[in-house]
Amino acid sequence: MAGFNLRNIMGKVAGFFSAASRSGLLWPVIFLGLILLVNAVINPGFFDIEIKDGRLSGSLIDIMNRSSYIVLLAIGMTFVVATAGIDISVGAVVAISAAISAYLIGGTLVVENGVQQYVSFMPMPVAIIAALLIATALGMWNGLLISRMGLQPIIATLILMVAGRGIAQLITSGQIITIYYKPFFFIGGGYLFGIPFSIYIVAAVLAVVMFLKKRTALGLFIQSVGINKTATRFAGINSSNIILWVYAFSGFCAGIVGLLVCSNNKSADGNNAGYNMELDAILAVVLGGTSLAGGKFYIMGSVIGGLIIQSLTTTIFSIKEIKPEANLVVKAVIVFVVCLIQSESFRKKVAGVIFLREKKSL
Amino acid sequence: MNKKNIPILSCITGRKGGNSCGSMFNFKYLLLAATIALFIIMFGIGSVSFRGFFSLKVFFDLFIDNPFLFIAAIGMTFVIITGGIDLSVGSVAALTTMITGTLVEIHGVSPAVVLPFVLLVGSSIGFLIGIMVHFFKIQPFIATLGGMFLARGIALMINTDSITLNNSFFKAVSNYHIPVIGNAFITINVVILLSVVVIAIILAHYTNFGRTVYAIGGNEQSAILMGLPVGRTKILVYTISGFCSALAGVTMMFYMPSGNPLHGVGMEMDVIAAVVIGGTMLTGGSGYMLGTVFGVLILGTIATLINFQGGSVNPWWIRIINAALILIFCLLQIIFEKKGRKIAKS
Repeated sequence: MAGFNLRNIMGKVAGFFSAASRSGLLWPVIFLGLILLVNAVINPGFFDIEIKDGRLSGSLIDIMNRSSYIVLLAIGMTFVVATAGIDISVGAVVAISAAISAYLIGGTLVVENGVQQYVSFMPMPVAIIAALLIATALGMWNGLLISRMGLQPIIATLILMVAGRGIAQLITSGQIITIYYKPFFFIGGGYLFGIPFSIYIVAAVLAVVMFLKKRTALGLFIQSVGINKTATRFAGINSSNIILWVYAFSGFCAGIVGLLVCSNNKSADGNNAGYNMELDAILAVVLGGTSLAGGKFYIMGSVIGGLIIQSLTTTIFSIKEIKPEANLVVKAVIVFVVCLIQSESFRKKVAGVIFLREKKSL
Repeated sequence: MNKKNIPILSCITGRKGGNSCGSMFNFKYLLLAATIALFIIMFGIGSVSFRGFFSLKVFFDLFIDNPFLFIAAIGMTFVIITGGIDLSVGSVAALTTMITGTLVEIHGVSPAVVLPFVLLVGSSIGFLIGIMVHFFKIQPFIATLGGMFLARGIALMINTDSITLNNSFFKAVSNYHIPVIGNAFITINVVILLSVVVIAIILAHYTNFGRTVYAIGGNEQSAILMGLPVGRTKILVYTISGFCSALAGVTMMFYMPSGNPLHGVGMEMDVIAAVVIGGTMLTGGSGYMLGTVFGVLILGTIATLINFQGGSVNPWWIRIINAALILIFCLLQIIFEKKGRKIAKS
């Protein structure tokens, strides 16, 4: 009897694992769990969430808040990668979006009738909309080069990546623009109902994206473009337009991140805003299980990938024995380990043969 | 390889889907010609606009100031011709300077031992990346991104500060000038980079290895079916790129004798830009080492032109001009490719 029960439980566990594995979230979730577990062992109060001044605070909230940049970029990047493309210009678009919003808002402290008031150069909604529109337009420029001119994604976005920081510097005239307009700081640094506002932004974007993926055929279209562009066109789907809008959306996400970065830093630095963010975003997508070869994609995987990268950084900074310089090395090791585990040929070579035989005998 | 094989090979070395063989080959030469013409035009513009621009000194300075770009770009060209990409070049170069700086200055090891060692380290990183790309089918972008993080991270872990190389050997090499004509001179770096270029041209265009590199980029599956040593070649290509990156790091130290973990940040993008402007397709399968050399020369000329302008031009235009050049060259490639196909069809 006991053996039977055990087998039953084993079967259930195996069923759970295979379901998780089918949804593509198994490995990312395990990795995130491992990192959080390591944290919990080192720092027993890691999972504690307190309410301070009406705001939730704790390591988990901190990780979620800080990961909002990578997660947003990774959501946009997932669609791009799903169409077998890549967008290495997002970092530059972040810089441009930050530069535009900082340039348009600027802001000065004016004393009117004895009352201190913050006055922006342009109304804040105008600045936000302008930054988002231009970021989307830059994404569309990428999309046009790729879908209409037939440029390779990496080259088309490389062009914007190289030019983008130059453009951002021209907008800020090589200076770091500081913002003195308080309401703008709410976007990147504010709290709503005790939770950082940036988390709401991420949740909103994620909700829209998940709705489009689950409730419309768009996800399927994007996936089929990634698997075979020509066949998709023959099936009556406008591949070119899908590619165009996928890059536009990636630009839009980068635009939001630009606003967040600018608002959080209270300044725009054309040189350093969004620096190397494209690499982290691509990494998050790959860690989340989406193949750079295109096709099947996992939005939630990318979100978890972004969380993995951020919690890794937080972990390394919180362990005093590890020098912060080690961050890159640990990141590299994680990249290799996760990629190797996800690589089918590696699994087959190392352990796959044994597991496959066991499965067959069952 | 006997002569009978060459027409078949030129088919493979043509771009993906190209069934045009002969005519396509001419169009590829046209692209190389466009790169060289652009360099001559830019140098001409500089010569007309600025007094003292048209001189051997300015021309040699293009080589003297960018030896690392040339060498890394040569390695990158091999990788890109196979259809891959290598993001680790800048970090590997930085790691090289840091290892050398630490071993020579702090531990007092002779440069004669250290330099071969760092070249070996660079090659091994490339070798490992090659293994991951070939055996475990990890996309080159991700594998080399990991290599980039790893090399930069180790460099930073060795020391976050810059190390000045006071060793007499590095000072002697960096100050050594080889007179050419008049008062123009070249440095040891230029000799190194020219030998790398010559070896690369021989490797790419006159050996079985080179033909396999082109064949992999043209169509990897066909290359496998033809019985070419695809795996060995792919791993070797990344190893060469790693070696070239390490050598680029060595030339950095010969150029300015110091080790710095932040050397070559963003260098990979300049290198890729140079390779693309040089007429190598990122889809793989076509490109010339000589084109890459002119690609770097063009980037160098733009920087020199902006320098000659003095303060009147914002240096940020360099990036925008570089980007515009990449765009123009990619569009040219596409136009040439379409024309080549049309001619082949008719």
